[in-house]
Amino acid sequence: MGIALFRVDERLIHGQVTVAWGNELSLDRYLVVDDRLPQEDFERELFGLGVPSDASAEFVSVEDARGLLPRWTASEESAVLLTRDLDHMVRLARGGALAGLSVNLGGIHHRPGRDRVLPYLFLDSDDRQRIRALEAEGVTVTAQDLPGARATPGRKLVDD
Amino acid sequence: MSEGTAPGATGARGILVTHGNMAAGMLDATRKIAGAPADALVAVSNEGVGPEDLVRAVSDLAGDAPSVIFTDLQTGSCALAARFVCRNPAGRRVIFGVNLPMLLDFVFHRHLPLDELVERLVERGRSAIRSQTSEVGERGDRPVPR
Repeated sequence: MGIALFRVDERLIHGQVTVAWGNELSLDRYLVVDDRLPQEDFERELFGLGVPSDASAEFVSVEDARGLLPRWTASEESAVLLTRDLDHMVRLARGGALAGLSVNLGGIHHRPGRDRVLPYLFLDSDDRQRIRALEAEGVTVTAQDLPGARATPGRKLVDD
Repeated sequence: MSEGTAPGATGARGILVTHGNMAAGMLDATRKIAGAPADALVAVSNEGVGPEDLVRAVSDLAGDAPSVIFTDLQTGSCALAARFVCRNPAGRRVIFGVNLPMLLDFVFHRHLPLDELVERLVERGRSAIRSQTSEVGERGDRPVPR
């Protein structure tokens, strides 16, 4: 079991993750790696409302998550690890911490400077550089919003 | 449909925040049935919109006027945005699990005080969910109208 899905999604815990991926992967835990949320009681409470009643959630910083990764990956529970952006995932992956694993890009939305790559994926040059950085750490990057959707390989996402 | 309150009466603004095209579809249906004025209800989709932009969009629409925000689910990005917008709830309320009967009732009663309106809408929406089996059971031996 362990971490069944590493996902970058600005919405973190939301319908696609809990309903579609949650059922597909029988998720027990939602691990949110974020440097701000551990200090934000109100926001954690809101995100906690979206966690299915038979599952649990943890909110930890990147630094803490790097220390917890061995325990999480060895767990008998099935988990999804979520970051709100590529920056958090790249910092988590540093030093080969996620080498040999796959990261799913499931929701990076429009803002000025970002180009539409897929309906749910908008990237700017910094985002593309971070995808390359993940791949340099031995991570396989794909974009896939839902379990039944076709995965788009990272190489196609960074080609300008 | 109530005859006592015209759809054009001023009152709270309804903001539909849903996944995909649901909000636009419900808005279209509401207008076709109830003839709601343009400013009574507005539709917002989370399609391709990041969480911060969604909060900003809903907050801008709510403005300073009394507002009822309707979302499709109780959790997820739409509900999360609505909860953020209503963190300081003066003049703003959220109803999760919107349905068409609820919206139709909103059009004709949006002049009510917000808390009374919300309580009414939740009741209307809930009571409109029936099975045909229970409907027949409730009708009992009532004769067919001639």
